[in-house]
Amino acid sequence: MSTVLGFLRRWSLFLGLVVLWELATRLANDPFFPPPTTILQKIGELWFSGPVSRLFLTDDVYVDILPSLGRVLGGWSIAVVLGVGLGTALGRSRTGMDYVGPLFAFMRAIPPPTLIPVFLVLLSIGTTMKLTTIVFGSVWPILLNTVDGVRSVNATQRDTARSFRTPQRYWITLVVLPAALPKIFAGLRLSLSIALILMVVSEMVGVTDGIGFELIFSQQRFDFPAMWSWIVLLGALGYGLNALLLAVERRMLGWQQTSGATTAKTSGA
Amino acid sequence: MSTMLNVTGLSHRYGSGENAHVAVNDLTFVVETGELACIVGPSGCGKSTLLRCISGLIEPTGGEVTLHGDRVTGVPEDLAVVFQDYSRSLFPWLTVRQNVEFPLRWKRNLSRAERRERAEEALSWVNLPGVGGKYPWQLSGGMQQRVSIARALARRPALLLMDEPFASVDAQTRFELEDLLRSVQVAHGSTILLVTHDIDESVYLGDRVLVLSKSPARIVADLPVDLPPERDQITTRESKNFVSLRGEVARLLHGGGDAPEQAPTGEPADTTEPSTLA
Repeated sequence: MSTVLGFLRRWSLFLGLVVLWELATRLANDPFFPPPTTILQKIGELWFSGPVSRLFLTDDVYVDILPSLGRVLGGWSIAVVLGVGLGTALGRSRTGMDYVGPLFAFMRAIPPPTLIPVFLVLLSIGTTMKLTTIVFGSVWPILLNTVDGVRSVNATQRDTARSFRTPQRYWITLVVLPAALPKIFAGLRLSLSIALILMVVSEMVGVTDGIGFELIFSQQRFDFPAMWSWIVLLGALGYGLNALLLAVERRMLGWQQTSGATTAKTSGA
Repeated sequence: MSTMLNVTGLSHRYGSGENAHVAVNDLTFVVETGELACIVGPSGCGKSTLLRCISGLIEPTGGEVTLHGDRVTGVPEDLAVVFQDYSRSLFPWLTVRQNVEFPLRWKRNLSRAERRERAEEALSWVNLPGVGGKYPWQLSGGMQQRVSIARALARRPALLLMDEPFASVDAQTRFELEDLLRSVQVAHGSTILLVTHDIDESVYLGDRVLVLSKSPARIVADLPVDLPPERDQITTRESKNFVSLRGEVARLLHGGGDAPEQAPTGEPADTTEPSTLA
């Protein structure tokens, strides 16, 4: 019962707006704004009308959606490894950030889509160009948050670990990274949405597959229900990926003290 | 008895030139194996600096520390420290058991099962069986400090250093922890050096009390505690020996070392300035 109520509370506004949109678009009858039901129909046609042997999925799913997803996740994963690795090293170094700080501040200030022309010239059209764009744009929040997080280890934790002669490997994996994890996750969430944006933008330039390409292509042939379908898909993807990341975060940061902690406190000393 | 810890002419100075601050000045003392020695001194006299020098966390600017004959340079292998701030010393992302297992992770020839067994054993020494799966913040302050004592004991250190271990818990819990520490020490014959600013605590816990002066810390007196090994929070604290000893320590602390080394015993402290016990 409470789950039903919770679902309603979270989704009633969303669903209400969709219904309102449906009514408005039907009244307006504007070809640029097809009603949601038409978009839904188009979605079914576009992606879920395939043969049984392919789980009802159409070629579009395999040719456009999966490669796009691969680019987002691939680029983001590279950014995570780079960001956490480099961030840990810089966070532990006393002077490292003094040297690279201004450089990072400058580089992260450049809007990543503006570098697509540069990467196009350097790397030509292809997966490398797209991955580079995604990595370059999404690495900064992870990197800078990791530096911050690594520095949040307190003096007593450091003394405790030193008094046990904790070897480097254990110090990093059992103390430094867990201490930095809350900050790292904040960076990961931010960078994931940036990665999604950059995937679409990089696919809008001179390629022939991917969600971004299909979005532009359907707009160019005035297939507005299709164009809207791709936009809805992007929304759903962003929502799904974020939800997935949140689930992982809840699992990995389960140790964090919550407001329920006082009730969980055991009595006696 | 053999000597566990030998501190000779230990000095530590922070900074240099005009801004130099001498925290510890020419300290010499020994701690015998199996002894619980308390160091008592006024707040800010350099007790923590002293402990950090002994534990090898900082290198003293002068003098020498040896642990069972080996000169201390860097943190020795078989030493453990219990810090005052248990909530910061325990790792909140590790469960109680994982915290206790932490210093055993890199011990050679110790299987996963043995490690776990040792952790459970150490938890039972401090009367905390069955809480291994909880996180430290789910326990009360006193229980958390017991976890950090268990973590130190699990390593089976030759010398256990404690830096004001009971200063952050309430009075009732403090009594319980004091008794627990003494019983653990008697049961395992541990060698413990405990630093405190609490005169009663130093006399109640110690086999010996070393009295430090105001900063820079010097040793003003080295008093054997003439109390039975089995102590009781009520009767021991009422006993004549206890009362006279704590009076003597208080006089030494407030006299800043001007009082005679062998103060008269058997009378309450009334000859010195009004007691504002640190």
